[in-house]
Amino acid sequence: MYVAVKGGERAIENAHRLLAHARRGDQRVPEVTLDQISEQLGLAVDRVMSEGSLYDRELAALAIKQARGDLIEAIFLVRAFRATLPRFGASEPVDTGAMRVQRRVSSTFKDIPGGQILGPTFDYTHRLLDPALAEGFVPEEPATADASPAATPRVTDILGRDGLIEPSPQAEDGVPVGDLTREPLNFPADRDLRLQNLARGDEGFLLAMGYSTQRGYGRNHPFAGEIRFGEVEVEFFAEDVGFAVPLGAIELTECQMVNQFKGSATEAPCFTRGYGLAFGQSERKTMSMALVDRALRARELGEEVLAPAQDEEFVMSHSDNVQATGFVEHLKLPHYVDFQSELGLLRKLRQEFAEANDAEPMKEAAE
Amino acid sequence: MAVLVQADASDIAGRLRTIALPRHDDLRLSENGLVMLRGRVGGDGAPFNLGEATVSRAAVRLATGEVGFGYTLGRDGEKARLIALCDALVQSEEFAGALEHDVIAPLRAELHARQAQRAAQTAATKVDFYTMVRGEG
Repeated sequence: MYVAVKGGERAIENAHRLLAHARRGDQRVPEVTLDQISEQLGLAVDRVMSEGSLYDRELAALAIKQARGDLIEAIFLVRAFRATLPRFGASEPVDTGAMRVQRRVSSTFKDIPGGQILGPTFDYTHRLLDPALAEGFVPEEPATADASPAATPRVTDILGRDGLIEPSPQAEDGVPVGDLTREPLNFPADRDLRLQNLARGDEGFLLAMGYSTQRGYGRNHPFAGEIRFGEVEVEFFAEDVGFAVPLGAIELTECQMVNQFKGSATEAPCFTRGYGLAFGQSERKTMSMALVDRALRARELGEEVLAPAQDEEFVMSHSDNVQATGFVEHLKLPHYVDFQSELGLLRKLRQEFAEANDAEPMKEAAE
Repeated sequence: MAVLVQADASDIAGRLRTIALPRHDDLRLSENGLVMLRGRVGGDGAPFNLGEATVSRAAVRLATGEVGFGYTLGRDGEKARLIALCDALVQSEEFAGALEHDVIAPLRAELHARQAQRAAQTAATKVDFYTMVRGEG
């Protein structure tokens, strides 16, 4: 138990002054700007927006700067900020099928309509450190090609036409969309709550959980049906206006995992699916999310729940890095009173132990 | 409005300067808040809450009575106000033509040019598969 203590105000104030100084670093080195963070450390910004659960590049960049590059601390700052603003409502669900695709790959079909589009990717790079980047690097102009306005249908839609893959579950009338920022989490949790939890979950945690399913802990034979990244437009039904108004465009990454079959005496076998969606270009995150989403459907699909990644209470209770860091890091706050009582108990036990042992030899001697 | 929300406030303001604006008041001062962004399970299924976004909104009334609403992603209250002003102007017979011609059309052209450039750069990364000919008779 943590017990409030007083004192140390000056030390705390001075520690914060020292932190500000350490954050700035050597002042002969130019200060980093929010634009620089947003433009040149864009994937860190994407991660802070995703796990901070707040789409705002400028705020995420500020949080990264304030947190000295500690992304979990930055995510914490963003979450705290969001709690200060009123909520106007919820957007219309975004249409990822209408995405202005900047990257789109499928590992299941070579010739998908719309094509395999690599976009800006680390894939196929040699992972050799590039000394040219150390200073003054000016990149080549990107190549351009004729951009035919070919549609890029989802791979799952193509499979769905022949009934080879299960359809997405549709909303039930009158059932509100679950929101774990408004109601406490209860188990079992529905898919909407699970996806919200995973979307803001820690990338490292989800990566490890997803990886564990590949290694046999809840195996479900995944294929990356499709990964796409690009811009989608957001609309919001504004009550004062009386219709849906455009809010602007956001960047999203979506992953459709195609997994092993289900079927029954009455239903023809078909592929099952796992889904991942996150802010910005967050490929590892959405792939991991889709693996874990599929694993968490074990009960629904009649699979035995044996592995951690299939256990929704385990996954959902430990995926949030702000909660996790709060509980782990609170251990460094004063626990003096708690510890004193433990210490007292331990001394008493040791005394009893010593007395028992002192008594033993005498007993033996007497015999 | 879909064009305006994707433009910078300074560009909207710059374009609006070419119009002799009618008198107008802030019906509601700009205000920042959040909108919960929703996705769909599997991309096309039941909705779920993905995460929030900052949104700024404002409302403007022209002296002639037209009321405009402005909503935009981000926390730029001035941009929300300018969009609200445009929304009011577009309802005014006197100004709708000028607004489309002098403000929205050029901003739309700039937006489409940016999108076309990105699309062309993206298209250059499309994979052309070729089949290896196997040497068997």
